[in-house]
Amino acid sequence: MSAIAAMEVNAEARRILAVSISKLYASRTQRGGLRLHRSLLLSLVMRSARDIYHSSRESECQSSEERMDTSSDPEEGQQQPGMPEPQTTLISSEPAQEEPDSADEECEITEDKENLSPTRQSRKRRGKASAAPDFLPIKRARLEPGEERYAAPPSCCRSGAGDSLIALSLNRVIPAF
Amino acid sequence: MAGPGGDMQWCFSQVKGAIDDDVAEADIISTVEFNHTGELLATGDKGGRVVIFQQEIENKSQPQFRSEYNVYSTFQSHEPEFDYLKSLEIEEKINKIRWLPQKNAAQFLLSTNDKTIKLWKISERDKRPEGYNLKEEDGRYKDPNTIMSLRVPVLIPMDLMVEASPRRVFANAHTYHINSISVNSDNETYLSADDLRINLWHLEITDRSFNIVDIKPANMEELTEVITAAEFHPHQCNTFVYSSSKGTIRLCDMRASALCDKHSKLFEEPEDPSNRSFFSEIISSISDVKFSHNGRYMMTRDYLSVKIWDLNMENRPVETYQVHEYLRSKLCSLYENDCIFDKFECCWNGNDSVVMTGSYNNFFRMFDRGQRRDVTLEASRENSKPMQVLKPRKVCAGGKRKKDEISVDSLDFNKKILHTAWHPQDNIIAVATTNNLYIFQDKVN
Repeated sequence: MSAIAAMEVNAEARRILAVSISKLYASRTQRGGLRLHRSLLLSLVMRSARDIYHSSRESECQSSEERMDTSSDPEEGQQQPGMPEPQTTLISSEPAQEEPDSADEECEITEDKENLSPTRQSRKRRGKASAAPDFLPIKRARLEPGEERYAAPPSCCRSGAGDSLIALSLNRVIPAF
Repeated sequence: MAGPGGDMQWCFSQVKGAIDDDVAEADIISTVEFNHTGELLATGDKGGRVVIFQQEIENKSQPQFRSEYNVYSTFQSHEPEFDYLKSLEIEEKINKIRWLPQKNAAQFLLSTNDKTIKLWKISERDKRPEGYNLKEEDGRYKDPNTIMSLRVPVLIPMDLMVEASPRRVFANAHTYHINSISVNSDNETYLSADDLRINLWHLEITDRSFNIVDIKPANMEELTEVITAAEFHPHQCNTFVYSSSKGTIRLCDMRASALCDKHSKLFEEPEDPSNRSFFSEIISSISDVKFSHNGRYMMTRDYLSVKIWDLNMENRPVETYQVHEYLRSKLCSLYENDCIFDKFECCWNGNDSVVMTGSYNNFFRMFDRGQRRDVTLEASRENSKPMQVLKPRKVCAGGKRKKDEISVDSLDFNKKILHTAWHPQDNIIAVATTNNLYIFQDKVN
């Protein structure tokens, strides 16, 4: 796949992911409750988009690593509101080979922004008003007693903080029924 | 019966419903169904109401008769409910109506919302008793000591009154949302299907049902498909089919085992790899399945096409009709505006020679199986002069748009025809737009 085509597919996949996540969250407030069929279809689209995103990401990264390096600096530390932006922030943190530390920081910062109290492990459903931006999941993994929360290793970030976000969404959707 | 689809000239007959463009959500039609003789036409709406129209025919003895459907009965079938355990509202929207074959003077139908099925009895009253001397005018019983003679009341004619009363309520059997109900040919049982389970009921028994299909995985995270529609075979009371979100149809035989998780036949067409996209799974999800009247075929509707399957051939459909192939390149926008999730229904004509389904822009499509011809027609107020012949419509997929053609980009995706029904014997069709019901008739009927 050429670099440009890969980027286009990448952008398309990201957009579809963002749209899907917002639909998923909107469906929670729908009258009649969550629809299993619709949620399943949404999660399938998200999975396809994620897979295509990653495969095009791989080919894109290989061909344009240098370009991403220079553009990632100004975006670090920038947290703009709006749907595609946090994704972009996470993605720009991905060339972790070059900058493992800042990548960790990036993930950590992003996560902390979403979760106002990192130690909160309540599984209680939050009201609409207090919900985090609706394109991102608001729950973190439940810790076993004795476990500590630690920064995600570089490899994890590289394969996609985006991936873990999607995985969280997908895993949460269906068992919610 | 008139000739095949190609020779049919569809004319506007009637339109029911409000004229304003501002559609009240409760008025959105959610199901349309003729009864077994075609004399009655029932509609259900999002507000939980059922409206039944009755056919009145002028000059039935003439070859070209005009029939008119007028309101026969209106009643509130379902009310909104609240599930306190799950903190969920249960919508009153009527998902399906199915008529029972008539056994006596009264008519019976099943109507269902997401969770509860109800059996309604619709009966006529055209006489009332008069001449009681045991009661006062207001109906109170007189003091027996004042009554010196016994008078038998006489039945006298009165204005026709149609009463609908709920005879059975089949509740609490579905965890997920009910998508189908189907009356068995034995006239004693019926099935109800939700996303993961199908239950078999006896029409007389409301406190229990048999679970005949259960596709719920032990671990919900492994869920890959859901049930989207189910129907009993029109003649074989042991056979039913259910369709899935993966585009497969399973035929089950209830004689084989109590739990029909293992299908007798699996109908599936291999996917065309050249058509693969992000949305392949969504568009292959089957939204409706209907047996032909003769019981030899079944029809499935997915997002872009209608397929006819021979029950004896599982590996591919015998016929495939493209409903609106020009939408294939627009799937991403249709995903964003939610249209890709629309569930279109389909129906057969009385002799199984023509099939019909809806589309966008208030278009609906008919496919003549014998003549391999298809037509696109429109249900709109502009074409609603009495007996006005409907002109075939054409959508221009790309390139130069001819006169009278509509380009894909100017289609109104808010005007969708999801529900259509065909009279069981005659060429009369009922087509539901968002909140209006159109009735069309073949000119040479």
